This record gives sequence, structure tokens and C-alpha cells, in this order.
Amino acid sequence: MLYRENGQFKTSYRADQQMLPILQDRIFMGLLLVFVFVVAPFVFSNYFFLSILIPFLILALAALGLNLLVGYCGQISIGHAAFMSVGAYAAYNLVLRVPQLNFLVVLVLAGLIAALVGLLFGIPSLRIRGLYLAVATLAAQFFMDWVFARVKWFTNYAPSGSVSTATIDIFGFQINSPVRKYLFLAAVVTVFAILAKNLVRSHLGRAWMAMRDMDVAAEVIGIRPVYAKLTAFAVSSFYVGVAGALWGFVHLGSWEPLAFSITLSLNLLFMIIIGGMGSILGSFFGAFFIVALPILLNRAPDWLGIHLSTAMVSHLESMIFGALIIFFLIVEPQGLARLWSIGKEKLRLWPFPH
Amino acid sequence: MGGGKTIGDVVLDLQGISLSFGGVRALQDVTFDVREHEVRAIIGPNGAGKSSMLNVINGVYHPQQGTVSYLGAKRHDVNTHEAAVQGIARTFQNIALFKGMSVLDNIMTGRNLRMKSGLLAQAFRLPSAEREELEHREAVEQVIDFLEIQAHRKTPVGRLPYGLQKRVDLARALAMEPKLLLLDEPMAGMNVEEKQDMCRFILDVNDQFGTTIVLIEHDMGVVMDISDRVIVLDYGKKIGDGTPDEIRGNQAVIDAYLGVSH
Ligand SMILES: Nc1ncnc2c1ncn2[C@@H]1O[C@H](COP(=O)(O)OP(=O)(O)OP(=O)(O)O)[C@@H](O)[C@H]1O
Ligand SMILES: [Mg+2]
Repeated sequence: MLYRENGQFKTSYRADQQMLPILQDRIFMGLLLVFVFVVAPFVFSNYFFLSILIPFLILALAALGLNLLVGYCGQISIGHAAFMSVGAYAAYNLVLRVPQLNFLVVLVLAGLIAALVGLLFGIPSLRIRGLYLAVATLAAQFFMDWVFARVKWFTNYAPSGSVSTATIDIFGFQINSPVRKYLFLAAVVTVFAILAKNLVRSHLGRAWMAMRDMDVAAEVIGIRPVYAKLTAFAVSSFYVGVAGALWGFVHLGSWEPLAFSITLSLNLLFMIIIGGMGSILGSFFGAFFIVALPILLNRAPDWLGIHLSTAMVSHLESMIFGALIIFFLIVEPQGLARLWSIGKEKLRLWPFPH
Repeated sequence: MGGGKTIGDVVLDLQGISLSFGGVRALQDVTFDVREHEVRAIIGPNGAGKSSMLNVINGVYHPQQGTVSYLGAKRHDVNTHEAAVQGIARTFQNIALFKGMSVLDNIMTGRNLRMKSGLLAQAFRLPSAEREELEHREAVEQVIDFLEIQAHRKTPVGRLPYGLQKRVDLARALAMEPKLLLLDEPMAGMNVEEKQDMCRFILDVNDQFGTTIVLIEHDMGVVMDISDRVIVLDYGKKIGDGTPDEIRGNQAVIDAYLGVSH
């Protein structure tokens, strides 16, 4: 079917304000959901679920959270893995200390706790911006790393500092196999993506973007920087906190404080740079890219009949990442999502070149 | 000018305003007022302090001396947010649109102050939030019709030509339904036709909505045509104040400004 919006006249503003006003987009989204929830569970191997889809979904959620802050509100953070760790340890302690809580409630509470911490570390953004803010958020990273390594209560006095979790049980449904984990995550991430989409097409989202694009003008029309920036930090940290809890409970199962180090923070940033700043879809592209590329690089030489040492592969990985990040920063700051929308635009005009 | 409109009472009164930045004295003891429904122009050579004056009025700058009374009440160091709440809107000399957003979204931000639904209501798109969004969308559509930018609703503002961007800047300010509208060189850089359109819009806003307008403009023809009263600044000082005809005949003004070619 052709991708056109011509002829799809909106007879009301309500119709024009739908989440996906163009029919073909709705069909695409519908097919995607059918694929994700109906087809995918039957076609992929356990290996594919465990090493690609599960980490992809969780990191996409985290990248989405970071994107709300960086891509939509224009506030930089290079310490976001810290808020993931807050979410993960909050969930761990909630499950440990209040075992009767439903895991969905635990997730929301873990998110809220991370939101509160994120809000606190967002306060400097009211005064400083750019590089200085980046450094302030880096403080969050080191502070949280320190807290979870040193304050033993958080890790329940485990001698090694590593914690482990039991299988998640939601209303008697055990999240214990790769397929079940995948389906659970897909459901959670779908809901959160819809909520994020709703936020960015509402007045709060517009306040964030206004802050990002021209803060003086935003203030002059009555948008309060304090409100816009702090809500962005809180919502972003909420998302990232939930992702952290999922990373700990669903993906890792057991972890040490190092699991949420600065490397993870930087990876999240790379995801939104490559995927696309200020794009929800882009967060997914970026996460997929970062999860899939190393695996692809590991396997591609074999397929091509070339033998490379592991060290060589990991060097190659760093080099390709570095090159891509520089490429996107210079050539296409809006990342893969932009390439996607250029593609759609071409399709819309096809077969005419302009 | 202004058809059958009646100029009302003083809505904005500035007394002895002085503002300096370090050694630069941007405004020195400037006193003037603005009456309801009038189009009040501020003119003067480059660097005379015109934009600074607007910035004082809407709380971006806080003068070291002098008082500002708005709607009869004295204000002390209002911030921009309070000024917006009180119904003061403005456009910018250098277009200050939100580049990453569509025309529609830019104008919708003008309604942000009036939109009250909470974070969760928005996230879950509760019927209340949906209804609020629609209500304000309708108000914005009226502004879009009024300024004749229907064709550009979904265009990212950055892709519009300069003249249209200026119009979107005005649209965003109008979406606030301001009582007092401050326009900083709304016609700068426009061709004759675009200027005519802009003049018509400004007069229509003034006529149809009764909005009081303070306007900075370099084009003397335009100023003399559309304003009710004019104030002239030069090096931060007020050197003239009166109707366009009085200003035309004012020797100090002629020397300082009209005589100087730009
Ligand atoms: N934020 C600021 N910091 C320092 N100096 C400033 C600032 N804003 C304005 N000035 C100075 O105040 C003086 C008046 O500037 P202003 O922008 O008000 O002039 P203007 O009349 O609007 O000029 P133009 O016609 O060029 O727009 C200038 O000398 C300018 O350099
Ligand atoms: Mg100026």
C-alpha cells in the first residue's frame, strides 16, 4: 500500500490529534504489535530472546527515559545508569522487605524512588547547563556507585556486595522462561512507550521542548523552567528506574554495583545519539543497534569465513561505535529516526522526486 | 487611526526607569505610559534602548531605578512568568521560535499557561486531558485562521521562510490572548508585501480584540501610519513623545533620528 496522507482529510481536530493520524502508520503499528506479541514468541530461539530481545527491550525503555530528558527537554545527563541502579536496588529491597507486594507495584515504587533521586540531582539544572550540568550529573553516577558499594543495608549485608533475586511472580504467573520474560517486558515497554508518546504530545511535552529550543522565549510565554526541567528529570528517572529494576530482576537475576557503572550511562547516551534525539522510535532503534551490533560483529567474520581473535572483535566494536557516533553527531544529529522519517517522506512523495 | 476604537485609561505606566549593564546605560530616567487599546510605538536609532524597554515591561530585565505600574498596581521586580500571567505577551527582534517543533506546536505553547491537566492525566490521556487539548486546539486554530497560516500547521518552523516565521512568532503571542502585546520589530527584514500583511494583522488585532500594543519599528512610514502615539528614545533617553504628527514636527527628534539615515 502506498504511504500517503492525501485524501485522508480530518474532519475534526480530535481525529487530527490521534496518536498516529496517518492511516498507514496505524496499520504499521498494528502489524508490529501483532508481530511482537503473537508471532515473535513462536519464531525466535531462546538464545535470541536472552541475548538480544530481552536486553534490547529493557535498554530501549532506559534510552526512552533518557531521551525524554536529553532529547525532549535538552538537559544533558551522563549519569543515568545511577538512576537505573536506584531502581534496581529499590526493587530489590522492596521485594526483600515487603515480600507480599505485587511485582508491578514494586516496579512503580522503584520508579518513583528513582524519580525522587533524579529530581534531587536535577536541581543543579536550574542554575547550570551544558558541560557544567554534565559534570553535575556525573556526580550522581559516582555518588550512587559509592552508596551501593558502601552502605551495606542496601545489599542486605551480602559479603560480596552482589545481590540476587527470585523469580518474578505476577498474579500467580511465573516470569521464568525466556519467552515469558520477553512477553512481560514487551507488554511493560509498550505501555511505557504509549505513556511517553502521550506526554510528549501534551502541554508538558511542549513545555519540555520549548525549554530545549529557546528557554528565554519559553519563560516569556509563561513556562516555568523549574517545573519543566524538574518534571523532565523526574519522569526520565522514573523510566530509567523501572528499566533498572527490570534489568536487575529480569535480565541479570543477580548483580553487583558495577552492573550500573558509567559505561552503561555512556551506552544509553550512545543509543539516543545513534537512534535519534527527541524521538521515541529512535530510542528503540538506538537500543537495538547497540545490543545487536556486538553480536553481529562477533558472528559476521565466521559467516564470511574470516577468523578474528576476540580481542580484535572487541577493538573493532569500539572503533565502529566511535566512528558511528561521530558520524551521527556531525551528519545526522537526529539519528536513525531521522533516516526513518526521510524514508517515509520519500515514500509519501513517491514516485515524484519532489 | 484605528477606526471607531476608543482609547481608554492608562494600563501601563513607567516612571523614571533607569537600567544599566555595567557601564552601559541602556535607559536613563525614561517616563511614559500606554493607554488601553492604543498602538504605542517606540522608535529610535540602533542601541537606543528600545528592546531593553520591552524587556523591562515583561520582566526580563529589572531596572535599577523607577517604577512600573500595570493595570493600576505597582510591580516590584516581576519575573517573566508573572508578566505572562498578567496578560503580557511579546514577539522577539531575533525570531525566538522553538525550532524543533511544528508551527502548530509552537502556537500551542502559547496556551500552556491556561492548560491545567496534571502529569498523569496527560500521560494516560484521560478524557479530561483530551478535552482540554481540544479546547485549546480550537483557540489556536482561530489564531491560525486569523493569521492565514493554515497551510503550514504541521511544518517544522525552521523550514519556513523568514516572513512566515515572524508571523508564527506573532501567532504564538496571540494564542496567549494577551491584554498587552509587545512587538519587537515585527516587520524587520520583510519585503513590502509582507510588511503590508503584517500591518494589517497588527491593526486587526488591535481593532478586533481590543489588544493594547507596544511596537518597536524602524520603518517610519509604518510607524506614522499605524500608531496612535510614539515615543522616541536616543542613547537611552526619551527625546520625544506624542502623536505621529507631533513627532514629525519635533526638532530634537528630527536631528537625532529622522535626519540620520539608516
Ligand atoms: N543583556 C545585555 N547586556 C549588556 N548590554 C546590553 C544588554 N541588553 C542591551 N544592552 C545594551 O543596551 C543598549 C540598548 O540596547 P537595546 O537592545 O535595548 O537597543 P535597541 O534600541 O533595541 O537597538 P536595536 O535597534 O539595534 O534593536 C545597547 O548599548 C546594548 O548593547
Ligand atoms: Mg532592539
